[in-house]
Amino acid sequence: MGIHIVKMDFYSHTIEKKFWSEFDSMSRAPPRTLGLIACHECDLLQREVTLPQGGIARCARCEGMLFRSHPDGLERALAFTLGALVLFVICNAFPIVGLEVNGELIQATLPGTVSRLYRDGMWIVAGLVFFTTLLAPLGHLLAMLYILAPLRLGQSPPVPASIIRVLTQIRHWGMVEVFVLGVLVSLVKLADLAKIVPGIALWSFGGLMILFTAATIAFDPRQVWQQLECAA
Amino acid sequence: MRRLTAATAAGYGLSLCHGCGLLTHTGQRQHAYCPRCGANVHPRKPHSIARTWAFILAAAIMYIPANVLPIMITDSVFGAQADTIMSGVAYLWHHGSWHLALIVFIASVAVPMLKLTALIVLAVSVQYRWAWDPLQRTKLYRLVELVGKWSMLDIYVVALMVALVQLKALATISAGPGAVAFGAVVVLTMFAALSFDPRLIWDSVENKNG
Repeated sequence: MGIHIVKMDFYSHTIEKKFWSEFDSMSRAPPRTLGLIACHECDLLQREVTLPQGGIARCARCEGMLFRSHPDGLERALAFTLGALVLFVICNAFPIVGLEVNGELIQATLPGTVSRLYRDGMWIVAGLVFFTTLLAPLGHLLAMLYILAPLRLGQSPPVPASIIRVLTQIRHWGMVEVFVLGVLVSLVKLADLAKIVPGIALWSFGGLMILFTAATIAFDPRQVWQQLECAA
Repeated sequence: MRRLTAATAAGYGLSLCHGCGLLTHTGQRQHAYCPRCGANVHPRKPHSIARTWAFILAAAIMYIPANVLPIMITDSVFGAQADTIMSGVAYLWHHGSWHLALIVFIASVAVPMLKLTALIVLAVSVQYRWAWDPLQRTKLYRLVELVGKWSMLDIYVVALMVALVQLKALATISAGPGAVAFGAVVVLTMFAALSFDPRLIWDSVENKNG
């Protein structure tokens, strides 16, 4: 299935006089009933179109992504979210990597790393690592689960609006993929110092990175709101 | 020449809700609540330029200790060694792994510097209504948003080194004060990018021509 990129038509007063006069006379009507959307990056008004499967609608002026069609988007998002949550637990319960020096094995888990920094008096750095690799990704995953699981059963979760608002804020701060690169860089740095023993969490972090990204892409707030309005 | 007198949502008294993406009628009001999700709705992010400048300035100030102070301190049988970001890159470069040095250099040195420069250019261009192609500027903004979090790389490397290298007799590694400053630069530049409203780029060109 190829990705169709649908570039929106450029609507201006001259192009669609009739449309705009109709709009002006109905200016109190909800814009959605007129099939209007605005680009979040340049504010250009455009008319909503139906996309082919897997298509992406791009803004006519700034080429920003307006929305995309996700076949079975919410089901996929739920599946990826559940998978990511399982991996998230494994990532935190098992050591990421170990160093073997003179027969002694020192292992590092993610929570262990945070508490080590905290005990060293580096509580700001500890807090930053804790928030960006533990709290924000977990919050993001749980928020998606909270919205998606009831929707799958045809129900609407309580206070969906506040949860989605938290979600849109928190998604900037989860940095699992950067952490994975950080793990790889430290592995190479430590390789000539001692023998390295890869832990279970090293592999599950790789998987978490992939599932997390897939869940984030499949979770489409636009589609979620459509379903929420149907379920309510 | 790009067609610039375009129909924008703000021009029609409409505002886009950042919480749920609903387009609502706000008229001349600068503030309203979204009828669907109850979030605050503004035609543009409030005080976007002032907030962006505040975060840029704070980040620029923290950029100095982030690069001057050591981010990692190694205590070993050969004595104590304090590493700044640049000396860490230099160490990797001289010890054979130039590709790793390049990754760390891009994430820790190039990205924060480019981000600060790009945000300053964007803020100035909006304030002084530069004629520079708005599409190019929007793409620059998208790039700033995209690469933002990757600067956190060095913080994670330091954190893992601290957790792993605790060999009492041989060597211990601890995080230095530079790590705090560096973390602050990453967070502050991310806040600066989030405060900036890319729609202002298009507004400044619109109002000039129209």
